[in-house]
Amino acid sequence: MLGALSAPMRFLKYLISTDHKVIGLLYAVTSLCFLLVGFTLVIVMRWQLAYPGEPLPFIGELFGVANTPGGIVLPEFYNQLGAMHGTIMVFLGVVPLAVGAFGNYLVPLQIGAPDMAFPRLNLASYWLYLAGGLVMLVSFFVPGGAANNGWTSYAPLSDLAPGHGQTMWLGGMGLIIFSSLLGALNFITTIIQLRAPGLTWFRLPFFVWAQFITAFLLLLAFPALQAAAVLQGMDRLAGTSFFLPSGLAVSGQALDVAGEGNALLWQHLFWFLGHPEVYVLILPAMGIVAEVITNNTRKPLWGYRLMVYSVFVLGFLSFIVWAHHMFLTGMGTTISAFFQATTMIISIPSVIILSSLMLSLYGGSIRFTTPMLFALAFLPMFGIGGLTGLPLGLAATDVPLHDTNYVVGHFHYLVAPGTIFALFAGIYYWFPRVTGRMMNDTLGRIHFVGSLICMNLIFMPMFIQGLAGVNRRLWDGGEQYAHAQGVLSLNVTMSMAALGLAFFQLFFVANLFASLRGGRVADSNPWKATTLEWSSAGPVRAYRDPYVYSLPGAPTDFVPQNQRPDERPDAS
Amino acid sequence: MTSIPYTTDVRPDTGLTNPKLGIWLFLASEVMLFGSLFSAYALLRSGAPSWPDQSAIVSVPLATLNTVILISSSVTMVLAWAALTAKRVDRYRIFMGLTLLLGAAFLVVKAIEYSDKLALGLVPATNNFLGLYFTLTGLHALHVVGGLVVNAYLLGPGARMWKSEPERFTNRVEVAGIYWHFVDVVWIFLFPVLYLL
Repeated sequence: MLGALSAPMRFLKYLISTDHKVIGLLYAVTSLCFLLVGFTLVIVMRWQLAYPGEPLPFIGELFGVANTPGGIVLPEFYNQLGAMHGTIMVFLGVVPLAVGAFGNYLVPLQIGAPDMAFPRLNLASYWLYLAGGLVMLVSFFVPGGAANNGWTSYAPLSDLAPGHGQTMWLGGMGLIIFSSLLGALNFITTIIQLRAPGLTWFRLPFFVWAQFITAFLLLLAFPALQAAAVLQGMDRLAGTSFFLPSGLAVSGQALDVAGEGNALLWQHLFWFLGHPEVYVLILPAMGIVAEVITNNTRKPLWGYRLMVYSVFVLGFLSFIVWAHHMFLTGMGTTISAFFQATTMIISIPSVIILSSLMLSLYGGSIRFTTPMLFALAFLPMFGIGGLTGLPLGLAATDVPLHDTNYVVGHFHYLVAPGTIFALFAGIYYWFPRVTGRMMNDTLGRIHFVGSLICMNLIFMPMFIQGLAGVNRRLWDGGEQYAHAQGVLSLNVTMSMAALGLAFFQLFFVANLFASLRGGRVADSNPWKATTLEWSSAGPVRAYRDPYVYSLPGAPTDFVPQNQRPDERPDAS
Repeated sequence: MTSIPYTTDVRPDTGLTNPKLGIWLFLASEVMLFGSLFSAYALLRSGAPSWPDQSAIVSVPLATLNTVILISSSVTMVLAWAALTAKRVDRYRIFMGLTLLLGAAFLVVKAIEYSDKLALGLVPATNNFLGLYFTLTGLHALHVVGGLVVNAYLLGPGARMWKSEPERFTNRVEVAGIYWHFVDVVWIFLFPVLYLL
């Protein structure tokens, strides 16, 4: 029957399938495309930062005379690139890949469920995400271009931004938030209700725990931004002044609005989402790394229960740290003391998880497979990102560092060689589960080494520039600032490294496509893993903890979760 | 489509069906949405140098009427569900119909309120109180519309499920009811905050 369908019909069939694996793959393909778009935007930005005012080679004419006359990136266009790079990477690239793709594909398999609890809501969630993404992309082509107020869309600048770009940003975010709401309640219901018999809470793989807490963060934090988007939409379309204080003047003209609004209200609502969102980016990555590390060390995860408790504490605390993004707003010392304290406390569970992952390596017979390399690199890279965040969590050191490239370096270490490395590890690790073929190891290793070197060359100099006082979001990369002169040449290094990073991603893309058809055929459990997603079909039942590796006396060095104790009496 | 366990029957260790857990999670998210908007109201009002006398601008009698209408519709919604559990589908139709009528009546009263304001030139841009009034009641009215669409489906084409899967249909009505009560509860908070305080 399927063979009789023409190719476009088959494609259509995938687009309306409610199977969690198909939806997971749709998410994966779409989010990888968005990651590519977001990366392309930043390549254009990096050219401009390294060679301000010089025409963009080769692709300069593609963006239209309104944006890049003669190939030169205009400041207005640069601002669009910056705002949309952040928005696309976070909301359309990394989170949909980590949660929508990995979560959708793997959570039902790892808990032995036939599908997600609400398959049709799952599909609706994907379509809303796609619609939100398309609204964001289309906004580049409306008069005035896309949103250009930074990915944080601070008011009153965003309230008063001309054109429709910002309004479309709000609409696109609304769709994405609705999508993540449907996804989150689906994940939580699935994990609570559809665990296979015998799969008690503490037999869940850590990846599932990470997705579980992530879903709660999405469910409860995102509505704050939904509310903020509604209010800003009213400001922009109905002329209200929720975020417009009295006496505001633009270009010397007093604004004709009622006033008495509060610009900080936007920041509070935005960061009430924004900080839990950081953990939405990180927790699934930690989950993937935990799976890859325990499999490739052939050891149970060190401190599994401690990690689970930590992820709970992390999830809870992430709701009460948001104002550490706002030390510069003139909040009182009492309030800033509270948010500094919670920020220092939240680093404890993060460090516990990272330490547990590192201790898991101790005494293991480590297999340095491609996914393991990415997972191993995640540990120090995430460590750098986390530790450089501590000075930003303390008001005294945050004040000089705020809005400098130091901040940019800090969160990029967390998301790029942190989360994105974990996502690469996950792709290399689960590719044989999805396609039945292995990805090429040599190409994978080139991709890994190149990416690791280039990412550090991009983000490490940002700390140096930031400490020298170079602000972020500067169109000319700091060329006109006296204090930036000593570190200006780093811009060229970083931009060359960014081009190098793009080059090394070609190995990944080539590997992905080549391995689809030409990869070495894998058996059903090529990594000799224990968790349920690798078990062949049939009624699923779990009999033991998730990571039973190297059990003394067992015939193999791994005992799958669904292996009956009486099958191999010596294995139990 | 593979059949999903616990769609209709209760999972023993959680005591829940999937849809019931799902709707409560959905409502948790809704609490955060309206909670954020109520917080915005509190912050804007406490930070404003002056705040208009709310009850002089908006119509307390109409809002009181709407409160009575919406609470009554919650009662009829419960009665509709109770009728199904008693296998009285004839009574279900009556009570679900009444719920729909009351929900529509709420929207009509709301429309009268809005047009009264607009006729006086009181628009969202007039001041932040009116801005919040239109935003919050407008978002709430959208939720009422959403509930009406679901309820109309359950009274109309969706009711065919009663013949094939009566238990599942009863659960659907219950879940729709939980949502409908939530919309009611939001109004119980909106009424004092926007009309009386």
